[in-house]
Amino acid sequence: MGVFKRFKSNLSSLVNKLFKKGGVRRIGIYGPPNAGKTTLANRIVRDWSGDVMGSVSHIEHETRRARRREGVVITSSNGSSITLDIVDTPGLATKIDFHDFMKKGLEEEEARRRAKEATEGVIEAVKWLEDLEGVILVMDATEDPFTQVNVTVIGNMEARNLPLLIVANKVDLENATPAAIKGAFPQHPMVSISALEGLNIDTLYEEIAKRFG
Amino acid sequence: MNAMDGIQLDLISESKMATMTSMEKIRMILDGVQEGKILVLESGLTPSEQMKLIEMTMTEITPDEFSGIEIETYPSNKRPGFLSRILKKRSILTRLTVVGPADKIKTVIKNKDLISTILASE
Repeated sequence: MGVFKRFKSNLSSLVNKLFKKGGVRRIGIYGPPNAGKTTLANRIVRDWSGDVMGSVSHIEHETRRARRREGVVITSSNGSSITLDIVDTPGLATKIDFHDFMKKGLEEEEARRRAKEATEGVIEAVKWLEDLEGVILVMDATEDPFTQVNVTVIGNMEARNLPLLIVANKVDLENATPAAIKGAFPQHPMVSISALEGLNIDTLYEEIAKRFG
Repeated sequence: MNAMDGIQLDLISESKMATMTSMEKIRMILDGVQEGKILVLESGLTPSEQMKLIEMTMTEITPDEFSGIEIETYPSNKRPGFLSRILKKRSILTRLTVVGPADKIKTVIKNKDLISTILASE
């Protein structure tokens, strides 16, 4: 794309951003397996529309199909509201071995099926990224934040100039270190929460309204 | 594997990577990894190439044969300038990247400027 074409396209995108306040934003919830994406999606949808999005499990790759919930309205403390289409995506990974599921107690046949579906789920999550206007990246605050999945998602959002909000989840656990996540990616806003316990969830909603509104 | 037992380590220079298209890079990585090699890419992959690599890896996972890749790269910390913001041409620097078979390489430590990995002896 030529310089002038690119400038025109970005100017148009800027004008849209300025004058399309209040429109529906399609936001994806991304992260590695078992970071708590579906727990967070359930929390958001339950709090604002009284329903849930999907089941959760201690075994990785419980979510193997992306799910979209349309028209979730979040109202911030100053009275302004934002309407979101929330997409709960399967966990991103660079490796999937059915033996890992067997170690968690699944029978071989079920483990193989889960592994196959999990690979399809990762592809689906990658494809969805192209159709989103922002991402909530969920990280497990008890784990090392410098994973390839985190680096790749953040790099893609930066390259496309789309809003990103990092959620340091599971801060109710004793060994959680959300400061490590902030230290790893200081250029992006971060909110520490426990999606399971609802800790600091109001701050998250304020930040969602601010970042994606 | 070569006559001398061990794991083959390929170090790919920045200039070599610069001559390749995205698909050529991804194909080279997946072919090399499936042959059991560890690849060290001097200039790494762009974010979209990293995402494409994850996607292609998933299509090639085969139970009992290939369970995926271990890939580690330094996070980019370059902030865009005013002009690159206007032109949306963010000057994200691709950085050194290590890729290998998931069952042969394990990352021990990774931070902004250090990647420490161990290779399986078998």
